[in-house]
Amino acid sequence: MKNVLTVSQLNDNIKTFLEEAFGILWVEGEVSNLRRPQSGHVYFTLKDDKSQIRAVYFRPYGVRAVKFDLEDGLKILCRARLSAYPPRGEYQLIVESVEPQGVGALQKAFEQLKARLAAEGLFDASLKKPLPFLPRRIGVITSTTGAVIRDILNITRRRFPCVNLLIAPARVQGAEAAGEIIAALRRLHAWGDVDVIIIARGGGSLEDLAPFNDETLAREIRRSTIPVVSAVGHETDYTICDFVADLRAPTPSAAAELVVPRKIELQETLHDLYRRLLASQNRCLALQRERLHSLAARFKDPRRYLADYAIHVDDLRERLKRALAHRTEAVAGRLKPLEARLRGADPRRRIREHSLLLAGLEKNLRGGWNRFLLERSERLKKNAALLSSLSPLAVLQRGYSITRRLPEGEIVRDAKLLTPGNRLDIQVALGRIEARVEKIK
Amino acid sequence: MAKEKFEDALEKLEQIVREMEAGDLPLDAALKSFEEGIRLIRFCSAKLEETQRRVELLLEKENSLQTRTFQDGQEDETG
Repeated sequence: MKNVLTVSQLNDNIKTFLEEAFGILWVEGEVSNLRRPQSGHVYFTLKDDKSQIRAVYFRPYGVRAVKFDLEDGLKILCRARLSAYPPRGEYQLIVESVEPQGVGALQKAFEQLKARLAAEGLFDASLKKPLPFLPRRIGVITSTTGAVIRDILNITRRRFPCVNLLIAPARVQGAEAAGEIIAALRRLHAWGDVDVIIIARGGGSLEDLAPFNDETLAREIRRSTIPVVSAVGHETDYTICDFVADLRAPTPSAAAELVVPRKIELQETLHDLYRRLLASQNRCLALQRERLHSLAARFKDPRRYLADYAIHVDDLRERLKRALAHRTEAVAGRLKPLEARLRGADPRRRIREHSLLLAGLEKNLRGGWNRFLLERSERLKKNAALLSSLSPLAVLQRGYSITRRLPEGEIVRDAKLLTPGNRLDIQVALGRIEARVEKIK
Repeated sequence: MAKEKFEDALEKLEQIVREMEAGDLPLDAALKSFEEGIRLIRFCSAKLEETQRRVELLLEKENSLQTRTFQDGQEDETG
């Protein structure tokens, strides 16, 4: 009998056979034809220079499966099962875990993580905690074997013999290292009483330093309430741990030096401060003493000032006198010519001249005047006789009177212009009468 | 921390010395500062000489933390 199989049966058999025959495999190769459908699962082809195989990487639920993102061209090492996909009759690798292979891939992973954490702000300078100036106790996370712990012990002892160390042992290499370092960090935080923490490891390849590029460790360091110094590798090797720590030391020895001040330097500082303190104290006292002396020297008997004033007054008096004399002379100088001119214009001379002239004139005048008077008195006599005959006073002699209204004194010619009560002045030949009008007729 | 710290004391001391060197403290204050300075120097010197160094391991045994004196060259405890 021929054993006839359907295609489905064959493919199912192949699938079972492949899975049982190969079990768990480690396969290395280069990623190509990478596809990432909506499901989040990753399909790619793993290849080397001669051959290729399909691979699928099912994304585990809720977990970031890979420390780095797969990309075409990356060399990877896969932990996988071999299986078949009956609907298509294709066999493929079901990848369970992936590790980057070779420097290029590791570097890639490192750069990716670094960029992501930097973007998150995990490396921000503002988050860096300052180191204590003089730690009483230093937490050290490292392996208790090897040169690193010995270097740290030696250097701290040399610099400052009485600084305490609390070592939280952790493996610093291999798959478990990151987890152990995290555990050590937590132990130190739980224990407390540590002023600063050094995470240390000697140099190594990028693969050796992989634990220090662990994202979980990076976040744990950032969460630390105690300042963390990262001292991983040698000079040029940078790890994520270095970026996220509060301070990066190029080597473990350097970390010990950065964390612990030199006792001798502190002692010198103290001694120097002591000298400066003494010196300024002395200077201060000397200065005060000097000020006191200078004040004492300037403190004078006020009577000395009196003498000074007396001299000053004398001096002023002299100057006043001289000034006065000078001024008198100047005025006298101006007076002399004026006097001479005044003398030249003596009025008495002119008075004499004029009085002679006057005497002559007076003589002439007197002669003329007498003649004039004589002539006039002749005419007056004649006219007086004439006037006497015409004078109203002569009329009054005959019994007439002149009535005037007071107070104006106007001569009354018309009785109608008067009113009873008017006062009147009546002139008669001998004397005057004041009268009042009684009635007008 | 209620206890005076070395760093703070040193800083205070430096400040005092600077003030005194500036020379504009009144005499009374200068004398007081000087005394305080001397006290701080004594304190700092004592701090520097304080305590013998202790090197310990911090280990977790049966879910509790404990410390143990570390002997240089001893085997890796985590192994």
